[in-house]
Amino acid sequence: MRITTRFFYALFAVSLCAAACSSDGGADADARTNGDTAGEVVLAEPDVSEAADAPNQTFGDATDCPTLTLATHDSFAYSDGLFESFTEATCIEVEQVAAGDAGQMVSAAILTQGNPTADVMFGVDNAFLQRALDADLFSRHRSPLLDTVDSALQLDDQNRVTPIDFGDVCVNYWIDALPGDAPTSLDDLIDPVNADQFVTENPETSSPGFAFLLATIARYGDGWEDYWQALVDNGVTVTAGWEDAYYGEFVAGGGERSMVTSYASSPPAEVLFANPPVDSPPTGVLFDSCFRQIEFAGVLTGTEHPLAAGELIDFMLSAEFQQDIPLNMFVYPANGDTELPQTFVDFGALADEPLILDPAVIEANREAWTDRWVEIVLG
Amino acid sequence: MPAVFVAVLFIYPVVTLLARGLTVDAGRLGEVITTGRFQRVMWFTTWQALASTALTAVVAMPMTWAVANRRFGGRGLVRVLVTIPFVLPTVVVAGAFTALVDRFGLDSGAFRLRHTVWIVLLAHVFFNVAVVVRTVGGHWSQLPRAPEEAARVLGAGQWQAFRHATLPRLAPAILSALSIVFLFTFTSFAVVLILGGPRRATIETEIYRWAVTRGDIATAAALSVVQIAAVVALVLANIALTRRLASGTGTLDDRAVACTTGRARAAVATAIGVPGVLLALPVLVLVERSFRSGGNWSVANYSGLRERVRVLPLSAVDAVINSLLFGVVAAAIAMIVGGLGSIVVVHGRRSLSRVLDVALLLPLGTSAVTLGFGILISLDRGILDLRSSWWIVPLTQALIGVPFVVRAVVPVLRAIDPATREAAATLGASPMRVRREIDLRVGGRALVTGTGFAFAISLGEFGATSFVGRDPDHLTVPLAIARLLGTPGELLRGQAMALAVILMVVTAIVVLAGERLQPGAGSVL
Repeated sequence: MRITTRFFYALFAVSLCAAACSSDGGADADARTNGDTAGEVVLAEPDVSEAADAPNQTFGDATDCPTLTLATHDSFAYSDGLFESFTEATCIEVEQVAAGDAGQMVSAAILTQGNPTADVMFGVDNAFLQRALDADLFSRHRSPLLDTVDSALQLDDQNRVTPIDFGDVCVNYWIDALPGDAPTSLDDLIDPVNADQFVTENPETSSPGFAFLLATIARYGDGWEDYWQALVDNGVTVTAGWEDAYYGEFVAGGGERSMVTSYASSPPAEVLFANPPVDSPPTGVLFDSCFRQIEFAGVLTGTEHPLAAGELIDFMLSAEFQQDIPLNMFVYPANGDTELPQTFVDFGALADEPLILDPAVIEANREAWTDRWVEIVLG
Repeated sequence: MPAVFVAVLFIYPVVTLLARGLTVDAGRLGEVITTGRFQRVMWFTTWQALASTALTAVVAMPMTWAVANRRFGGRGLVRVLVTIPFVLPTVVVAGAFTALVDRFGLDSGAFRLRHTVWIVLLAHVFFNVAVVVRTVGGHWSQLPRAPEEAARVLGAGQWQAFRHATLPRLAPAILSALSIVFLFTFTSFAVVLILGGPRRATIETEIYRWAVTRGDIATAAALSVVQIAAVVALVLANIALTRRLASGTGTLDDRAVACTTGRARAAVATAIGVPGVLLALPVLVLVERSFRSGGNWSVANYSGLRERVRVLPLSAVDAVINSLLFGVVAAAIAMIVGGLGSIVVVHGRRSLSRVLDVALLLPLGTSAVTLGFGILISLDRGILDLRSSWWIVPLTQALIGVPFVVRAVVPVLRAIDPATREAAATLGASPMRVRREIDLRVGGRALVTGTGFAFAISLGEFGATSFVGRDPDHLTVPLAIARLLGTPGELLRGQAMALAVILMVVTAIVVLAGERLQPGAGSVL
């Protein structure tokens, strides 16, 4: 049954491309030469005429314009009228619903798998990706614009999800409050000079907190436990979430600690939303600590409008949507052809070699790692 | 009607979720409750809730006494102002508490408060004093004073008179209010996470951890079963105790007396002022912060909210309107369901009365995760597919608001002297008329009190609604504050504080207006 369902969605994906990419006939062929698994080629091969058995998708026909629901996490933000040009071009209406943080959204989607509350989901990141894929949340869709995306961001070779944006979770420091030199490596955090300076978030309740734990595992391998023991010995403190770390313990909110787990894009936000205005950010980024977070969008299994949903994903990778991302969500656009705003160019450098782990490895070890982390850090 | 409301919006979703979880792995229940971690969590959850409840009672009773027994300027205002903590987002309150701790040097040496159980208890008191002051105070002010006067004439001291003449008649209302406080703190989530620090966990935070972070619904459901069982047991015990206590007879009149002597005025000032400081300080810190902009005093944070801030999908004004709209609708639903429910509990058939008494209270003691996820997987077909409807938000909020209405109204209705009803019936009033004339008039005040809470619950965005998908155009103030605090930048933080203050002021105005509309309000305000 599951295979049949998948099979039909694969057909939908193909027929969508036939409909939507008519101006770009090469896209379909690209899907087969661009590192996709042999499995998909086989699935996508059968006679397209079978697609006629599928529910009627009279697409582009003004008499039948579907309204799509786009489920996102609460942090999704965009400029006014962003979806209007999409609606004009395709006649597809878009309604957005915010469904909690990424963890809540994915857990809820798994519970409603097959009878989703939305057609497209945006915001599942590499920390939760494998769980979503294992639960068959998404149907395949290969966007013709995927070629503009760095292959390092494409984590699902079956194209069930499409990378939309990315950013780095990194240790930030308050330049004027450092006890010594600015830290340049993860090892500096366990230097006695920086005793009692670092605050991070609980990996079990915070997404940046979990990303930082993953960063240490990616860097030190099995030695991550010793590293955390050293962090504990050096006076690390832990909060439940980003807000109480950044605005509670960190200097930014009147706290006493000069280093905090935040994002590579926090310094540009500190400039953009400074009060009084400043020329350069009061914070800096420890690039050696950066863990790459990639956010994906996917067509939810069970949607009544798989073709239109695919179109929406294509739009999310288009220049118009991608240019809107940085200053609204403080992450980087996945489409490599996108021009970055000046604040990002000036202050928002990304790590050259970010730390990253395979989503399958993350999902397989999440419980063991966090249990062990609790033993070491919270005792 | 109240039974259908609870059955569809609460029992059906929760049972569906628990069934789903336990079908995955029925053995989890047995495994879970035998682990050491679970037993520690259960123990901590229970004792911190009991301690928070007791402490709330201690802090709130003097204030309750003053509000119920003395007329003084601003008496009505006190009843309204204590409600404010209810609507403040925990992350904002936590920030204010932390700032206070820093300012008074309570974070060093023996007085280290941060990440201790003490600050959790303090925060619970901060949030819950209103429940006691408003529900018990309302009942108390309507108690006839003759028994106390008789006791005093017979030579009893003030304390003895209170102990033997007042307390027994007040006990049902106190137990009723404290049961709310207990459930509230038993399911405490954000306060424990943020103020308690990473080492403390309640059964509520554990359910979240298993359901959301680890995606293990079987374990979350097992924990949820234990939580609900514990809550049912406690509610039943509370109800049994309340019913055993013969409640005194209340009337419509406000019996409070004016302060005639300087000593009486001083007593009122102390009774209000001492606990008042605890409630006011964190609020004042917020107000102060909202007027600080770029290191100066200014209203820039407020004026900045007139335009749409980049990280928000709509303007702050729209968020306030959304909050008010949800709040009024949720409060209206809670008032109708809670009011009718109270009548059934007091006058209905014994079995129905018992069941409804528990069922209407239960949503308050049930995990937001269980309820939120339950709604997603159960209300998903046909006309019941409310998942993406505008109504699901106020309906869910009303579910949490109903217990406040019922717990405020039931003790008052029970206290109506049966002789009054019989007299009315003898005089030829139909049963409907008796109910309308007597129950509604006597219970009206309590109904407004409870509805005020339901409104505040909605404005504070408690619990389960965060699991239901929300149209960003319906963003409310607490969610907007969370967004503003979710991006670095002093500008956004200042605006978040200003928005929190606006939320407080709006709440106070609406609750005050609501109380002025109530029958017999003139004598109270």
